[in-house]
Amino acid sequence: MSENKTVEVMEAIYDKNEEVAKLTNADFTNKGILAINVIGAPGVGKTSVLCQIIKRLGPVKPYVIEGDIEADYDTKLLQALGVEAVQINTGGACHLDSPLIAEAAQEFTLQEGILFIENIGNLVCPAEFMIGEHAKLLITNVTEGSDKPYKYPLAFEKADLIVINKVDLLSYVDFDEEFFMAGVRALNKMAPVVKVSCKNEEGFEEIIKWLENKHASVKK
Amino acid sequence: MHEYPITVRIIKIAEDHARKHDATAVKKINLVVGDYSGYVASSIELYFEIIAADTLCATAKLDITRIRPELQCTNCNKNFLREPFSFTCPLCGGEGRPTKIGREFYIKSIEIEQNEGEA
Repeated sequence: MSENKTVEVMEAIYDKNEEVAKLTNADFTNKGILAINVIGAPGVGKTSVLCQIIKRLGPVKPYVIEGDIEADYDTKLLQALGVEAVQINTGGACHLDSPLIAEAAQEFTLQEGILFIENIGNLVCPAEFMIGEHAKLLITNVTEGSDKPYKYPLAFEKADLIVINKVDLLSYVDFDEEFFMAGVRALNKMAPVVKVSCKNEEGFEEIIKWLENKHASVKK
Repeated sequence: MHEYPITVRIIKIAEDHARKHDATAVKKINLVVGDYSGYVASSIELYFEIIAADTLCATAKLDITRIRPELQCTNCNKNFLREPFSFTCPLCGGEGRPTKIGREFYIKSIEIEQNEGEA
């Protein structure tokens, strides 16, 4: 004979991801490394924005972890610029997770600098998983359409800095900036929104200032 | 596909609690999943049976309560369900801000089978 009984559990389900992310973040902080999780849809110009930022970092040393489903074009591009870059290929997975980053970080000798982690081109899952970053940099662009905050609210809510790329194309596309900003501000009151053009190499000063301030707060 | 490892974790938590109560089997897992939790309830269901085989949860039913995300109006402070393409409060027209409702992801309780006479 047996009997059934209900047992209260009330336990949140976190996989190892969050645990590892916290440890990785502490490790980065100890080394004076500011870690930036770079998020955006495919083709918004994540790597192009990174190249423009890195050119302007001055004495601050950049490191890059490139996440892609396949291929290593971006890593080779960055390495050709003299940047220490490591490639992660997820082989199909839609986002990077913290154990992947913890492992990839072992391939550098990280000390005093900014580590950019370029996530898989995707506006959904990368917003949901901490990977050890201090801040999330969300890159969008004017050709994506101004409805993206309404369609992918989590990415915009969690962003610490929002960059609108390809503003050189503004006169060719119907990007409703007012509608876009209303959506962004409903979700996120704090994150600065910066307009840039990689093509014309314009608008990056504010990003550099923001990164320098963040980096200084990690080094304290 | 990211539901696979999380389903493994759900079964592990249920088993741990079942063992603490000397259960012979887990009959039901009551799971709460917010639509903004990042996990898709139907995907968890898909993996559950496969992963649960050969565990204490092999014959367990998965009961999932889904929670729709709510926004809170910054004007009238009332919570509301979001309409597509809008963050506007349907009651007063104010602007809604995100809340924690819809982010839930936890095991509420489990139903276990025990041998008679065991507490």
